[in-house]
Amino acid sequence: MIDSIRSQNLLTLNDVSREAIVEVLDTAESFVEVNRRTIKKVPALKGRVVASLFFEESTRTRLSFETAAKRLSADVLSLAVASSSVKKGESLRDTIATIDALGIDAVVLRHQSSGAALQVSRYVPHVRVINAGDGLHQHPTQGLLDAFTVRQVLSERAGTSGLESGAQLFDGLRVLIVGDIRHSRVARSDIAAYSALGCDVHVAAPGTLLPADIENWPVRVVEDFDQALEWADVVALLRLQRERGSGSFVPSLAEFTRTFGLTLERARRLRPTTIIMHPGPMNRGVEIDSRVADLPSAVIERQVANGVPIRMAVLYLTVAGSSEGVP
Amino acid sequence: MSSILLRGGLVVGPQSSAVADVLVVDGRIAQVAAQVAAPEGCDVIDASGCWVGPGFVDLHTHLREPGREEAETIESGALAGAIGGYTALTAMPNTEPALDNVALVSYVLDRGARTPLDVAVAGAITQGRRGESLAPLAEMAELGVRLFSDDGTGVQDPSLMRRALTYARPLGVRLAQHCEDELLAAGGSMNEGAVSGRLGLLGRPALAEELMVQRDIELVALTGGSLHFMHLSTSRSLDLVHDAQRGGLPVSFEVAPHHFTLDETCCEQFDPIFKVHPPLRPRADVDALREALRNGTIDAVATDHAPHAPELKDLPFDEAPAGMLGLEYAASLTFEALGDAPSPQRFFSVLSREPARIAQLRHEDARVRHGGHGGAVIEGEDANLVVFDPEANWTARNEDLHSHAVNSPYDGRALRGRVRTTIAKGVLVVSDGVLV
Repeated sequence: MIDSIRSQNLLTLNDVSREAIVEVLDTAESFVEVNRRTIKKVPALKGRVVASLFFEESTRTRLSFETAAKRLSADVLSLAVASSSVKKGESLRDTIATIDALGIDAVVLRHQSSGAALQVSRYVPHVRVINAGDGLHQHPTQGLLDAFTVRQVLSERAGTSGLESGAQLFDGLRVLIVGDIRHSRVARSDIAAYSALGCDVHVAAPGTLLPADIENWPVRVVEDFDQALEWADVVALLRLQRERGSGSFVPSLAEFTRTFGLTLERARRLRPTTIIMHPGPMNRGVEIDSRVADLPSAVIERQVANGVPIRMAVLYLTVAGSSEGVP
Repeated sequence: MSSILLRGGLVVGPQSSAVADVLVVDGRIAQVAAQVAAPEGCDVIDASGCWVGPGFVDLHTHLREPGREEAETIESGALAGAIGGYTALTAMPNTEPALDNVALVSYVLDRGARTPLDVAVAGAITQGRRGESLAPLAEMAELGVRLFSDDGTGVQDPSLMRRALTYARPLGVRLAQHCEDELLAAGGSMNEGAVSGRLGLLGRPALAEELMVQRDIELVALTGGSLHFMHLSTSRSLDLVHDAQRGGLPVSFEVAPHHFTLDETCCEQFDPIFKVHPPLRPRADVDALREALRNGTIDAVATDHAPHAPELKDLPFDEAPAGMLGLEYAASLTFEALGDAPSPQRFFSVLSREPARIAQLRHEDARVRHGGHGGAVIEGEDANLVVFDPEANWTARNEDLHSHAVNSPYDGRALRGRVRTTIAKGVLVVSDGVLV
């Protein structure tokens, strides 16, 4: 169990403690303020080099990480996969060694294969590795920013700050995660984060989109989706991973939408206070109705915005190794 | 006249063992007796405290030649085998191109004949191992091929497998099946279970193996053809084949050392060195295999020695090829799994006598190019012998491997029992644990 990510790699949330998660959330709070300034930059990582290696297409996560690194004054090396030697048959190990030879402090890695970030961490033990999504395995910063967003929204409603809230408001918080759990790294990281924080996590999905060993997970599988919607404080939808062949796990997208999509009709069953979340990019009309995505209780854009302070916090803690001197 | 005298070892016969000297002259066992005088110029090897028995026979060796010589060649594989106590190997046909015709089989037999060991060939069941149409089994059988397999994958089409069993039956050959239904395994890269779900790796369910075992047992019952089940890895697979054997069906099976020493949790660090098909299973299956070894209900231990070049094992887990090295540590791992008071008869049964029977490599199965293996260590037998030290304690080290590849999952592992001497085709190949 990791009790703080300071000077550690961030590869998975599975073995990260409640205290460690709260430390990241608290650190991120201070960076929110930085992002509201006219000059959105602090010198925390000045002179440090962060390599951003995205072996899989991504716009938002990549932009979010690179923005975070730049706001901390780090230099960013960005490897564009299309133009890289990976296409020429260079191994992951050699690619990492090449980037490492340029002198780097951290690697932000996105890869289509589960475990790639852990493998890379073995190749460059002196470099901090931050997993920006590996296959179906983990997407730790997404799990952290989702928890951060929930705390932020609930704190605002209570007229207090996230820092003052600490982790209390997660105790017994009813979180319903819906959709393609089986193929989702976001689900794995969200479940790890919410469970560690003390939430009561339920999942709703067709049987084919649940992992084979779901009974070992710290979640309950709901029998009645509509009832679960009434129960939930937070409804977290997942992207149906059509690019990973998830389409063939349900008879049709239309049937998935009818049975497990958050349609407008279903959204009416939610309590007005229930927070609707989606990690993006959304398949509007599949897992979420377009009008539902635009409801005031949907915090999807806020999730995107919070990606920057969370990733600033993660880079800061893992690379600088200290939470001292945060502005 | 060349001669070798193995002095004072426990000579392990099929039924009983006795301390004796074994004299090898000109490729044959010339004398086995309590005291044998060493002829002039004889190599005398002290075998006291050691087990002397027939050299090991591997039913399942990937030698990679032709096509992947950077991972292994027939020669390097044979030397690794000799270090492991093997005197005969069975080259699997999933080379590039596949061993599915007389020309390629002849090539491997020729290269094999130049190594210190006997290298038998398992021919492909189907052309190109594509699982679409039968390879020329009769032509390959004329060259002495007695085992056929599409290993790497199993024959998926039940109709074609039925045809293969029916066709092979009058040829006096045996088919060997890699049991995994690929549609059910669905491109997975480790065992489907508690670990795979958490790691986000797609799983190969145990049922993918067990379903094909069941299917093939029924096909054997239907056709009367002989079938050997390769690398069975689950408790249920063993039960199924045991039932079939009790029912009198002509089926045999092997287990691989990695399946009775390593479990699925080895994959938790995403190290492709632990990726293998069928995959490493839960601890309960590992324990069931060990139990069966101790009970004497395992036919054969086979290595599934599968060399891969280092760069391929540096790929991400789901992209890396499946398979691990096996030849050099199989005997020690088997010895350890046999428990605190391992029976020398059982040890030589699973590593030598039964595999030799299954591969038809015994003295009485005389055929082109190959001598007798798995025999009784008696006068007149071909001198394919091993001296195994049950008291040795040593450590597996990747830098000491003889294979071209280094994808062994055992680097740093403590081992019990060690091959001291290998005599193959009458020649001293390994002495004191090193190549002569």
